[in-house]
Amino acid sequence: MIKNNINFSKYYKNFNLISGILIFISICLLFFKGLNFGIDFKGGTLIELRANDNQINVSALRNAFSNMNLGDVAVKKFGKESDFLIKFEKKENNKNLIQDIKKNLTKTLGNGYEFRRVENVGPKVSAELLNSGLIAIVVALGAMLFYIWIRFEWQFSIGAIVALFHDVILTMGVFSLFSIEVNLSIVAAILTIVGYSMNDTVVIFDRVRENLKKHIDIKIFELTNISINETLSRTIITSATTLLALLSIFIFGGEILRGFSLAMILGVVFGTYSSIYIANPILVYLRVSYKTVVKEDS
Amino acid sequence: MLHFSKTRIIIITLLSFFFIFFTLSNFIKFDDNLINKKINLGLDLQGGSYLLLEIDNNPVIIKELQNKATLLKNYLKEKKIIISNLKISEEKFIKFKANLNDVEKINNLLQDKNETINPYYERFKSHQYEVSILENNFELKLSKYGLVYLKNSSLDQAIEIIRRRVDEIGTNEPNILKRGNDRIVVELPGLDDPMRIKNLLGKTANLTFRFVSKNVEETFGTEKLEFEDGSEIVNVSKRIIISGENLIDAQPRMDSEVNETVVTFSLDRVGAKRFGKATTTGIGKSLAIVLDGKIISAPVIQEAITTGSGQISGGFTFQSATDLALLLRSGALPAPMNIIEERTVGPGLGEDSIKSGLLALLIGFVLVIFFMIFKYKIFGLIANTALILNLFFLIGVLTLFEATLTLPGIAGIILTVGMAVDANVLIFERIKEEKLIEKNQVIAFDSGYNKSKTAVLDANITTLIAAVILFFLGSGPIKGFSVTLGVGIFTTLFSVYFIARLLTSLYLMKNKQKENLI
Repeated sequence: MIKNNINFSKYYKNFNLISGILIFISICLLFFKGLNFGIDFKGGTLIELRANDNQINVSALRNAFSNMNLGDVAVKKFGKESDFLIKFEKKENNKNLIQDIKKNLTKTLGNGYEFRRVENVGPKVSAELLNSGLIAIVVALGAMLFYIWIRFEWQFSIGAIVALFHDVILTMGVFSLFSIEVNLSIVAAILTIVGYSMNDTVVIFDRVRENLKKHIDIKIFELTNISINETLSRTIITSATTLLALLSIFIFGGEILRGFSLAMILGVVFGTYSSIYIANPILVYLRVSYKTVVKEDS
Repeated sequence: MLHFSKTRIIIITLLSFFFIFFTLSNFIKFDDNLINKKINLGLDLQGGSYLLLEIDNNPVIIKELQNKATLLKNYLKEKKIIISNLKISEEKFIKFKANLNDVEKINNLLQDKNETINPYYERFKSHQYEVSILENNFELKLSKYGLVYLKNSSLDQAIEIIRRRVDEIGTNEPNILKRGNDRIVVELPGLDDPMRIKNLLGKTANLTFRFVSKNVEETFGTEKLEFEDGSEIVNVSKRIIISGENLIDAQPRMDSEVNETVVTFSLDRVGAKRFGKATTTGIGKSLAIVLDGKIISAPVIQEAITTGSGQISGGFTFQSATDLALLLRSGALPAPMNIIEERTVGPGLGEDSIKSGLLALLIGFVLVIFFMIFKYKIFGLIANTALILNLFFLIGVLTLFEATLTLPGIAGIILTVGMAVDANVLIFERIKEEKLIEKNQVIAFDSGYNKSKTAVLDANITTLIAAVILFFLGSGPIKGFSVTLGVGIFTTLFSVYFIARLLTSLYLMKNKQKENLI
């Protein structure tokens, strides 16, 4: 008797089609709309400002900054009503930039404000950060591929890696669609997603492998379904507890962690879905059977 | 799998207390340094400034090439070899022409491992300069390691000077580190306005005293320099009378005669001698005091100064005089430094981040705990006990190593809370399955633990891989995230396989006769 008996494999093709379309849309978004890189990767200056004076609002700040010759200045609310985030890419190299801005602001808006955070990233550093971020992601994917390749057979590696790419691309697609800022912490989130997605896939694969040896007569199509069902409670509970923790960060963890936790939440959702609907169908398409596992074992 | 010997139980209990103790030591003050350990708060939590400085090595390289060219000329002269057309081109080559019959001789000298003119680094198996010859034209270029060596030594000098400057300002526990071979990281906890320090670190502080030339036109031995306030441009001799290196002290002082803040300085023996001689012979001339290519002031010499001390005036405020004195005391940087990255967090934001981080941790924790009790009842309690101890272990380990906790680090702890129950869930679910096959509960529990082992390990290793890569390739606060995530995996495995398993085993032995334990 198996407690859960949902016919997952019946919908493999349908969901693969949907995933295919979503990935296509995501790639188009990434290609044509691109990502909203923060100053970490684009270079420039970021100021988090808190107003103690309710005369100071987005339009007042925008006006004040537009007179300072800083090029395109983006001003937006940041969490609380009185908190603002100001970003610009400055070209010139002015060592007293921040002091000059403060002087100017005080002249136009009075001194009912404070700078809570100032970040300034030069073009050379931002290029390096972007580069090392990309390297980190590529190395992580490579390391996962390697790990699963020594743990399982090649068909499993392909299944897991395709699922990983699926999760990362869709997460980035969502970031592109809603123009959510991509900064250093998003790289950390993506790496964690890679780890999580892998972890989820591996648990099901582990069961598929065990079942391949146990039920020699059952076809892989049916076998993946059995394995997904057997591990389903675990998949759901772990996703649930992880999501509870992440939601808690998202809601209560403050503005700085919001993008990071959002990326992780998306990653966990996509990761859970892909372990079932991407990784497993690939085993079916690659005609994994009892022989695949036993041959490699001996 | 479920059996625990007495010694094992004792060891587990002792270890638990050990880590709980270190977790609590964050909140208690001990006099003993050995046990008084605390987690360091990252700059994003306690507020402070992070500055990344990059040294502009071009002037250092040019200076090295000029020195080498002069050395080479004299060295070859000593060996009775005449060369011509000695010049530095494209800021990276030393070029010269030699007589055709000297070519081999010169080349042999330059390739000789025992000669000092082109030193050989045994460690790198490389000379300082690479030599290429086209007929009788020589071209010398710094080799890869020659360049590394040069950059490293200028960085070593720079870091020393930077440290002195930061120490003089007296900030709280600054952290100054080399990064790569041309960068320096300066971390200044608690500093929310780095303006002054940025000004001080951004200055090379190259001080020279030189005569103002009588000729208005620029000649070979003079150069035109601007006053710092931009008021005037004068022609100044290139010959240096004394430089910052000759200074042994500099202090700001109020000169009551002219009612102005000045910087007084005292010179070392060599400097005093030279300064004395110059002021004796140069009465009536203007002496320009030049800092980083700008003239601070150019007073007319009224009388000979042989005491080896003097003062610089230049319309200073007390603050600017203090800063100039500080720069002069700490010495000149070997090359200009640029601030290429700056991150400053005010103390208010840091406090808010700690508050929201802890709130998120608490709520995430409570949610997970309720969820587990709801789902597994008594075994949920066991998993939760393991989870709570896991948190103590994690913070205990971080304290023991005095790790730095950042905001993403707190996020890593919360994430660990969410993912840590996974191992217990895997085990419990497997036990449930085993019970369908095996009627004997003890055997079912045992094989549940056994059969879930590979899945638990796999699941944790994948996360660990991500954490390790992040640790090595991530930067700044993100490193803090990878540390908590990575350490969290080990503490999780410990709490699951020792704490939770021990509790499960104790509970099972007491309630063997009951049906459907899980």
